[in-house]
Amino acid sequence: MTEAVADAAPAIRRPDLSEARLSRRYAAERRFRLWGQLAILAAVAMLGLLVFSIAVKAIPAFTQSYIALDIVFDGDKIDPAGTRERNTLRRADYDGLIKDALKAQFPDVSDRRERRALYGMISSGGGLQLADMVLEDNTVIGSSQRVWLTASDDIDSFIKGLIPRDVPEDERRVKDIEIGWVDTLEASGAVETRFNTPFFTSGDSREPELAGIWGAAVGSFFTLLVTLLISFPIGVLSAAYLEEFAPKNKLTDLIEVNINNLAAVPSIVFGLLGLAVFLNFFGLPRSAPLVGGMVLALMTLPTIIIASRAALKAVPPSIREAALGMGASKVQVLTHHVLPLAMPGILTGTIIGMAQALGETAPLLMIGMVAFIVDIPGGITDPATVLPVQIYIWADSPERAFVAKTSAAILVLLAFLVLMNALAVVMRKRFERRW
Amino acid sequence: MAVFVLIVVLLALSVVGYYMGRSRSVAVVDGQPSRLHSLPSYHGLYVALWCGLPAFVIVVAWLIFEPVIAQSMLMNNLPPKAETMGDDQLSLLVTDIKNLAQGNIVSGEVDPALQAAADSYAGVRDIGRIAMIVVGLAIAILGLVFGRKLIHGDLRARNQVERVLNIVMIIASTIAILTTIGIVLSLLFEALRFFARVPLTEFLFGLEWSPQTALRAEQVGSTGAFGAIPLFAGTLLITVIAMAVAAPIGLFSAIYMSEYAGPKVRSFAKPMLEILAGVPTVVYGFFAALTVAPFFRNAGESIGLSVSSESALAAGAVMGIMIIPFVSSLSDDVMNAVPQTLRDGAYALGATKSETIKQVIFPAALPGIVGGLLLAISRAIGETMIVVMAAGLAANLTANPLQAVTTVTVQIVTLLVGDQEFDSAKTLAAFALGLVLFIVTLSLNVVALNVVRKYREKYD
Repeated sequence: MTEAVADAAPAIRRPDLSEARLSRRYAAERRFRLWGQLAILAAVAMLGLLVFSIAVKAIPAFTQSYIALDIVFDGDKIDPAGTRERNTLRRADYDGLIKDALKAQFPDVSDRRERRALYGMISSGGGLQLADMVLEDNTVIGSSQRVWLTASDDIDSFIKGLIPRDVPEDERRVKDIEIGWVDTLEASGAVETRFNTPFFTSGDSREPELAGIWGAAVGSFFTLLVTLLISFPIGVLSAAYLEEFAPKNKLTDLIEVNINNLAAVPSIVFGLLGLAVFLNFFGLPRSAPLVGGMVLALMTLPTIIIASRAALKAVPPSIREAALGMGASKVQVLTHHVLPLAMPGILTGTIIGMAQALGETAPLLMIGMVAFIVDIPGGITDPATVLPVQIYIWADSPERAFVAKTSAAILVLLAFLVLMNALAVVMRKRFERRW
Repeated sequence: MAVFVLIVVLLALSVVGYYMGRSRSVAVVDGQPSRLHSLPSYHGLYVALWCGLPAFVIVVAWLIFEPVIAQSMLMNNLPPKAETMGDDQLSLLVTDIKNLAQGNIVSGEVDPALQAAADSYAGVRDIGRIAMIVVGLAIAILGLVFGRKLIHGDLRARNQVERVLNIVMIIASTIAILTTIGIVLSLLFEALRFFARVPLTEFLFGLEWSPQTALRAEQVGSTGAFGAIPLFAGTLLITVIAMAVAAPIGLFSAIYMSEYAGPKVRSFAKPMLEILAGVPTVVYGFFAALTVAPFFRNAGESIGLSVSSESALAAGAVMGIMIIPFVSSLSDDVMNAVPQTLRDGAYALGATKSETIKQVIFPAALPGIVGGLLLAISRAIGETMIVVMAAGLAANLTANPLQAVTTVTVQIVTLLVGDQEFDSAKTLAAFALGLVLFIVTLSLNVVALNVVRKYREKYD
């Protein structure tokens, strides 16, 4: 032993135990720790910045300005024949009524371009609003009423103070003359800013001031419904099979590897699958929540299977053995004991999978859910769009006012996601059992 | 809607079957359930399955094959002028007929022959739908009666029901495989059709990408170039930028969380990172396009650099933010899996915490971390919405992060969104790109999962 050591003749390294080296090492320690803190701080700051910048942009979308006009429901213009037929009433020139009212309010505007600017103060949806009034109660014809009409997007932005007055006129989207009109109206109490309920109750529109998210929300609901109905039973059944029944062989190995890989396939590839198989091969309708739901179901399936398997695995074998000992069959053990005990975990995984599906955009673009759809979808085969796709469509729109709408829609989407994840956390906390 | 009602009716019939079977089984043994082999409820389920399952299978098969059959009948029954048409016009004609049959607006003139074809097509569809309802209901009722007849005291209803459930479970677990096969086949088929027009070598090694094929042959730039190298380069550039942001921040936060942070910091930072992971990508895209990109452009202008408003830098940086939680949670896992004995050994030798991490834990966890980074890269390559909203469309072949580049996923989206004819090289190119994307991400995943698994085995 001693000989061997002597042969090797080790150069004995004497550690440098000086104070200086120690303080260098401690400084390195502190630096390293600081890097870690900075990294976490950076991540949290970016999240904060993201949410903050979107929330700030979203504020204007929650209010909407209205302008009151004295509309004369002239019977000769709406319904010259006096038949009061619904079709005639629907087709009447209500925009003309608004123009007349504006002309009456500002009689000294004569220049053609100025006239057009004047008419542009009221949103193009104003005519429809009047039509609805008349269709609801045709006794208003012949009377004169003060009606609150939606202001158009630029005027709305100005009223909310988003367009400063002190910028030179040609850099401003609202010209001096329009500001003059708004001031006159404001002085007479004909301008009001209210909470923007239509944003939550109407469908999409080309006009920012009329666009709402209800259509997309309903589309998301139908899509997620289809996703849930397909992926939950299939996911739970295949998890139960793989965890409780499957023999250990090549096929089950293959299925396992497959599920893990499927979980990491880019979502857009699922969209290509949906386009090639569901739309082109089976001829299912484009833009429909049915197809969207099917594609998202295939996408969330791995998440649900993996979560369900973990939940099933967490149920201790003693439960199974006890039930088997009492004479239960294997299926009874599963359906009467293991599955109910694993259900909270399975549901938590399902909710998380659904939250993922709710935020998914790319595969839905592939199957045509990106179309411009005004109507609120009434079923799973109606053309529809979903919240994230609506956000994408609005983000692409050139009108400035859509920025606020997009941000507000994002806040709504995030609120739904937070709600779903909170539900998952609560379920985990409330029903989780430690064995 | 008819299908929905039919399925509800079938479900209702099955419920009826359940109760009939249950009461029947008790009646068969003169009200003494103990003489039955299986519990009455299993007899109920037995009848319900006889009632619902065959009918449901038939209806689903009908829904799948009826349109195909109707289509082929339509093709045999086209107006005479169709025989002289090319493929494009033919498909247009067929679409017209279908639209006419559904009462939608059609593109061309409606002549009597077209109308007749549409009418017969609508007739076929109507007959098909009615036949489906009739056949489905008939089979359900037959199954109900038949199943009820089969019930007797010794019937092994439980075993039968359990066997059916077993088969259903096996079918459910093969869906994952079917999905993969579906992905591979659909991508492969369309990609092969694409490669029949554009040679594989040109696609993989060509330096120019301009998929717009013009309507008229003599237009400028009408040929369409399908060299995908600029797309691959753009994807790579954005991925590198994303990883340059995500890898250090993700790794350092993982190190801090697993080695330094007390429970208080952990309980705050972990959910924060989870929220970051849960934000939809379209939100990141909006953030990148409206906040980060203008910021980079203004910052660049103020120091005299010209930064494109769709710079690779903005898209890559935001994608990096998106991937941070991915990197950090995976590295957190592998570092927690390093046995405590290694740490204790290092501390016993007098190492400081950071020395232990740098010289013991990090090397021990390196394979797992590399696996995690590979998974993150595959995420970045397949990410779509951020780049669609924040990166450009122009296929520049550049390594300058301040310029606009385009990526594989962006091109797939632009080629397929909007109106499309399904036969042009332009649409098929999207599937070829999809195939490349699938192969690359899949191989990255397989390698990464293997590395992670090997590493786990080592310490188990």
